[in-house]
Amino acid sequence: MLNVIESGGAFNFSDENQEKIKTILAKYPDGRQRSAVMPLLYLAQAQNGGWVSSEAVEKIAEILSLPRIQVIEVATFYTMFNLKPIGRYHVQLCGTTPCWLRGSDEVMRACKDMGLEKGKSTDDMLFHLTEVECLGACCNAPMVQINDDFYEDLDYDRMTAILKALKRGEVPPPGPQNGRQASAPEGGPLVLRDMVPAAADKE
Amino acid sequence: MPKLTINGKEIEVAPGSTILQACEEAGVEIPRFCYHERLSVAGNCRMCLVEVKPGPPKPQASCALPAADGQEVRTDTPMVKKAREGVLEFLLINHPLDCPICDQGGECDLQDETMAYGRGAKRYDENKRAVTEKNMGPLVKTIMTRCIHCTRCIRFSEEVAGVTEIGAIYRGENMQITTYLEQAMESELQGNVIDLCPVGALTSKPYAFNARPWELIKTESIDVMDAVGSNIRIDARGRDVMRILPRNHDDVNEEWISDKTRFACDGLLKGRLDRPYVKRDGKLVEASWAEAFAAIKDGISGLDGSRIAGLVGDLNELEGTYAFRELLKNLGSSRIECRQNGAAYDIRQRASYLFNTGIAGIEEADFCLLVGANPRHEAAILNARILKATRHRGLKVANIGPALDQTYAVEQLGDDAAILSDILAGKHPVAKKLAAADRPMIILGEQALARPDGAAILKAGHDIAEKFGLMSLDWNGFNVLHSAAARVGALDLGLVCDGGVEGILADAASGALKAVFLLGADEINPSRLADCFTVYIGSHGDHGVQQADVILPAAAYTEKPGHYLNLEGRVQLANRAVFPPGQAREDWTIFRALSAEIGPAPLPFDSINDLHSALYEALPHLADVDVRPQAQWGDFGSDGAVARGPIPLKYIDFYQSNPIARASKTMAECSAVKRQKMEATGTHG
Repeated sequence: MLNVIESGGAFNFSDENQEKIKTILAKYPDGRQRSAVMPLLYLAQAQNGGWVSSEAVEKIAEILSLPRIQVIEVATFYTMFNLKPIGRYHVQLCGTTPCWLRGSDEVMRACKDMGLEKGKSTDDMLFHLTEVECLGACCNAPMVQINDDFYEDLDYDRMTAILKALKRGEVPPPGPQNGRQASAPEGGPLVLRDMVPAAADKE
Repeated sequence: MPKLTINGKEIEVAPGSTILQACEEAGVEIPRFCYHERLSVAGNCRMCLVEVKPGPPKPQASCALPAADGQEVRTDTPMVKKAREGVLEFLLINHPLDCPICDQGGECDLQDETMAYGRGAKRYDENKRAVTEKNMGPLVKTIMTRCIHCTRCIRFSEEVAGVTEIGAIYRGENMQITTYLEQAMESELQGNVIDLCPVGALTSKPYAFNARPWELIKTESIDVMDAVGSNIRIDARGRDVMRILPRNHDDVNEEWISDKTRFACDGLLKGRLDRPYVKRDGKLVEASWAEAFAAIKDGISGLDGSRIAGLVGDLNELEGTYAFRELLKNLGSSRIECRQNGAAYDIRQRASYLFNTGIAGIEEADFCLLVGANPRHEAAILNARILKATRHRGLKVANIGPALDQTYAVEQLGDDAAILSDILAGKHPVAKKLAAADRPMIILGEQALARPDGAAILKAGHDIAEKFGLMSLDWNGFNVLHSAAARVGALDLGLVCDGGVEGILADAASGALKAVFLLGADEINPSRLADCFTVYIGSHGDHGVQQADVILPAAAYTEKPGHYLNLEGRVQLANRAVFPPGQAREDWTIFRALSAEIGPAPLPFDSINDLHSALYEALPHLADVDVRPQAQWGDFGSDGAVARGPIPLKYIDFYQSNPIARASKTMAECSAVKRQKMEATGTHG
């Protein structure tokens, strides 16, 4: 038998999420509530430690009066729903061309050296590594997404530092890791510098 | 009416037709895998590509393209030929070439279309995709590597069966057809996905590796597993029925049959009575026909006709039932009963026990009131028609009686038969809905009529039909739902008596009755027949033989030609596919021979033609073969208050409802799976 989804014990949405579900369902016209299957799956995944269990699928089917098979169809179609338990920090490493040209292989090497394996969780269930396609942060390449945060402008040392910090239980500040602001040019502005007095002074 | 040309031939088609339908009308064959005329259009196999002008200069999928005025369609150009070859080459990239070990071989769409439209060679040398097999229950076998993702089975389970249990998980090349967590399917119509599957991905589990289509003798016949009278094809090899397939009949079963119809046929080989038996010293021993007849003669000698009664079973054809009636009439008895379910049918008016609206008529209705009926189990094919009407025609269904899952939305009015009186008095909100509906219909279930006040319920149904406009010149919305194939025919023959089955059993226990003849009557508890001389005539050693003093082996439904009346009163003719086993004989020949032995005079027919003449004289409407009768309306039922209280819809196991199904191993497996599921979910009984 194909192991499509794992069982994770009894599942019910938390009180807080029950409220969220009400808001989500209200967004759809009457009789179209089944469209909420994806937001609900995402909510269940967040509540359930990063993955959706078969009990969660059954709960969602019950809430939306959908056949269970249709919920699992959606859950298996999208790669961002995890149907098996995964490590606490889900490291999604971008390997698409811009990141690759900017050294995503080095970032991958850092992950490997820290014991992460592509498509697998570490034995201590702390990390889970997936290689993904473009996450839309090419101007800060190479980058990874860890749970809900982007870590950008990485290289071997910076990635190692992030993973080590996470291992220590710290949460390194997300965003560019080379000190620049968002995706502004490295080393300060390059154009319209006369509009920024500080930059003009530097000249 | 769009007018278009197909391969240079001009044709006018109905508005809303697709190009594929237009081509079919013009007699041009379009190969297809995913398109099916009774399912929604998916347009994903791309096999039906044609060239259409005006339009983009590339092939178009004809199944999803509406026919429009002035189109020029070509199916014979090099572009179309190349497109078809390309599609087949793509489909065969991952389809295994295991036709020699595939059960679909010989009746496979992919095989046929590859021969007709394929390239003959492929250019793809890489490995084929392999897919694990899926469990779908005891009926459908899966070899999912063969699946070409046409999604017919998914669409069927949602649109026709009404129980969405098949789906496609993952995507792209990794897409796999499966049920949720590979649980067994629940639908009573699941076997139809075997017919729908254009390749050998879904095949019949009980029939696996049993026969090839070309070695089977095919006989067109009529099903007896329920009262729908589904049109079937019986495929036999030698003396064994190998499988049963549906035949198309738009007014009855479309092209579906229930799982019981399809898979109970292995019960025809098990538990059969293949020789007469006579009880000697409290034990049934094998006997010859002459000994059995002599024992019957002994058993009833000197008995007055009023001390003899007969019970007719659920699966009998009209010929045997008629001969049975004549035999007992000869003996002076007119106490013959066919209502094994105890329902209070009124035989004064034919309209009172027919499904007057007709099965196809359900699609015209806009409001349907179920009273104590469970169509999903009592007539699964009819239930599929109600589902179709609710989906496509906006039919609304309300129910009086226990709330059961009918696969469509049902407004539950409560489990209280007296709601009928409230409706009649205009006190119930449903009265307004009935009055507002253009074509309302009411379906009375047999278990509602089996209540002690069944005749009053029948009368209430009659009055509701008259009061709320269920009757008009071209519409009759009064319906009685039967579950037994023999019932309507037996009611036409007038086989009812005061007191019903219960009266006969009580009289047999008290000694008022001395002899009882059971013609395939197996749905009764025969323990009260212990002290009475009992003769059982039937095909299977089931409940009915428990107290039998003499057993006469008879043919089952696949082994005799005969007339059957379905629940609409439609006359249909069944044919013999195989011969009865051992010494078993057709029912009417048994009664003819027995009458010569026990007297007083032999029955007046020596051949099936003589019998048919007599039968047609008794029931002239039999001459209208395959026509839905327009029964005359009149007064029926009996006055009286409908008592408050629930309708005791006793649980009947769909898979175990008659002797053939009870003898079938496949049906026993289905029943076990269902029981297991019900126990797991706590919905038992």
